[in-house]
Amino acid sequence: MTNPEVRIGVFVCDCGSNIAGTVDTEALRAYAEELPGVVAAIRNKYTCADPGQQEIQTAIREHNLNRVVVASCSPTTYEVIFRNCIAGAGLNPYLLEMANIREHCSWVTTGNGKAATEKAKRIVKVAAARARWLIPQEEEQISVTDAALVIGGGVAGIQAALDLADSGHQVYLVEQNPSIGGIMAQLDKVYPDIECSI
Amino acid sequence: MMDVGRHPKIKLLAYSEVEDISGYVGNFKVRIRKKARYVDETQCTSCGDCVEVCPVVIPDEYQVGLGSRRAIYLPFPQAVPSAYLVNAEECMGQNPIACGKCIEACEKGCIDFTMRDEILQIEVGAVVVATGMDLYDPTALDEYGYSSYDNVVTSLEFERLICSGGPLEGHLGRPGDLKFPRRIGFIQCVGSRTQDPERGNPYCSNFCCMNTIKTTQYLHDTYPDVESTVFYTDLRAFGKGFEELLMRSRASGVRYIRGLPGEIHADPESGDLHFMVENTTSNRLESHEFDLLVLAVGAVPSRSTETIRQMVSLSKSPSGFLREAHPKLRPVDTPTKGVFIAGSVESPKDVRECVTQASAAASRASILLNKDRFSVDAITAVVDADLCTKCGICAGVCPFSAIQWAKGEPAKVITAACTGCGTCAAECKFNAIQMRHFSDQAIYAQIDAMLEENPGESIVTFACNWCSYAGADTAGLGRMAYPPHANIIRTMCSGRVSPEFVWYAFRKGAPVVLVSGCHYVDCHYIDANRSTTRRIDGLWDGLEKAGVDPGRLMLEWCSAAEGSRWQHIMEQCEEKRVAVSEAEIKETRQLLNEKKTPGPRNPRSRDEHQPAEFRCLVCGESWDGVYQASQERICPVCRSNSVRWIRVKN
Repeated sequence: MTNPEVRIGVFVCDCGSNIAGTVDTEALRAYAEELPGVVAAIRNKYTCADPGQQEIQTAIREHNLNRVVVASCSPTTYEVIFRNCIAGAGLNPYLLEMANIREHCSWVTTGNGKAATEKAKRIVKVAAARARWLIPQEEEQISVTDAALVIGGGVAGIQAALDLADSGHQVYLVEQNPSIGGIMAQLDKVYPDIECSI
Repeated sequence: MMDVGRHPKIKLLAYSEVEDISGYVGNFKVRIRKKARYVDETQCTSCGDCVEVCPVVIPDEYQVGLGSRRAIYLPFPQAVPSAYLVNAEECMGQNPIACGKCIEACEKGCIDFTMRDEILQIEVGAVVVATGMDLYDPTALDEYGYSSYDNVVTSLEFERLICSGGPLEGHLGRPGDLKFPRRIGFIQCVGSRTQDPERGNPYCSNFCCMNTIKTTQYLHDTYPDVESTVFYTDLRAFGKGFEELLMRSRASGVRYIRGLPGEIHADPESGDLHFMVENTTSNRLESHEFDLLVLAVGAVPSRSTETIRQMVSLSKSPSGFLREAHPKLRPVDTPTKGVFIAGSVESPKDVRECVTQASAAASRASILLNKDRFSVDAITAVVDADLCTKCGICAGVCPFSAIQWAKGEPAKVITAACTGCGTCAAECKFNAIQMRHFSDQAIYAQIDAMLEENPGESIVTFACNWCSYAGADTAGLGRMAYPPHANIIRTMCSGRVSPEFVWYAFRKGAPVVLVSGCHYVDCHYIDANRSTTRRIDGLWDGLEKAGVDPGRLMLEWCSAAEGSRWQHIMEQCEEKRVAVSEAEIKETRQLLNEKKTPGPRNPRSRDEHQPAEFRCLVCGESWDGVYQASQERICPVCRSNSVRWIRVKN
């Protein structure tokens, strides 16, 4: 199931000692280099820092990479940053795959470097396999009607309606009762300054 | 409030209800019913001549029933819009022959009983849901005597009693005999912070401590003779200026006693109230007597939110308030793009917090509305019209109604409404739906890579992006070590996991397959993970039929916060894995490669509420119950969610 045109770059991150303290990152880099479709494997102390990102961009140009695997942390942390990074080098941001060898490996396989390194290898192998099937994606553009519906005319609905209207948007404020005001209008005084509610 | 009525950019639709919302981000279509007021609000001068002649007297909801109003009325003096209305259900007859006194009294002729409800159709790009909260009804708490004694009132009723616009016009008196209440007691946490569902809700209602503190200080400033005593569980004065107000109140002589009263008794002669309370600071049993007791009632989700919630596909937190897209980073967004939440609909709040959150919601909505065009994540479903058999089943499982389908037509995805959960792709038996960025091929390639060498060492783990994958991250952040044999395939939702992926993994030699996702209440795609359970039910049946131990397929729910639960799940999976021998893996591969994969026997709608047997695949516990698709199954012994549903044959 390989795609012959695929040229993957794998970037293994030490994350200081967060990953390299447990995983043999050099062995991982060497392993990654041999995976199908991988044409470059580079190790870095902090891939997310500027020099690390620049190295990714340089490698994309030098090796004519068309897929990037970053073996570092959870995509929830830095996926956006690495997507922007590869986009800066002319790649579609959806051609990035992250291999989470920190939260899912080095941090939870403590005290057992060999097992952690083996797990990291499998994680990178799986990520590279997925990367082969990534294709460029275009985000669809849709039109927006410049008007807002605010449901509920209590203090929150009133404030939201006023802010939106003051920003220049047409607002429809719907309140089920005959008057707006909600519970706030029934209060005599409000804290902390003990002032009138209405 | 007045600004709203005057603002040229705001169309105020009071006495109106949203009947339907369709469409998607940037392009919602809304149907609104504007109820007939029977008074022309553009002509009414609020003179009040009509009210004097109206013969119908009923309790005034603005005064929480402590005052009365007529069937034709102005809700309150500062009402916006400032116009009278007739409540048609209370009016003695819209036929002027039956009554019609108000029509005669109105010189301007504003009253018109031929008025009908109006239906408006509008188009908007964003929706802000601010349907608020209701207050807890303390009737159920018999011991506080709210329904038996006149001089026990709620905090909102007390607001009306002290208000110059209230029924007593600001002359403080107690409801029973209008006597001036010199000794006033406040009871906190009424309907809040209890584990007993008969007595309220488990959450803190946020505003009640400060509201009481404010009231005691106001009483001290206005009526120096009043002695206020507050009975509390904990005093929560955490906001800006709050602690200072509490200190002022204490310095003013307000007594704060930690402990909630037992049963309250009223003296039949005087109407005074007395009770015993355990003061947990001094460890003494105390007796107290008051002229008036105020119950600081908490908040409950507003009854009117539910219909709106269903219209725009929002989810609820366990408390019943609406769920935000992310508790820290997207607190006013919702899982439905283009829909925002503001105020107490999200959780109980005071005025300042409501205002802050409403400004945040307006700002978030503004970001969207300021754009002519809006880009959506490219993780959406795509239908291959050539493979589509036009069955329409995908449209039925889509939680966001993002698939359009008409009989005889191929399904069509409304990309802007699609959130990319992938449950349609997993449901389609004809491979006619592909998810962009989470394609079948990529997932099969991941399974292959995991099982290529030493498959017996690899637990094939599907984890949803939002909860279980994040739960595994949380385990990492907490350095919660666990066995290293699980390999994760991240999908946006567990609903993306097609039964074919599971069969494929077992065919390739997986010892154990784990499908994990959000708890039912946390599902980021409303209820897409109910489809996951339904498919796993089918797979368990199918595996058994094929001669494979169904226990090798595990289903677990784990929230983003449950790092230790993820660790526990990993340990359970590892126990399963080591118990599966090489011979068993070989046999499974043979069985599944030789035979045609058995078709799933999914639960159907007729199984709903039917008696069933449940069996835990982790610890072996079994029990009888009732099948309910909406109920998360959990083993009462080992807390696993790998609980099989077995139909009881009649």
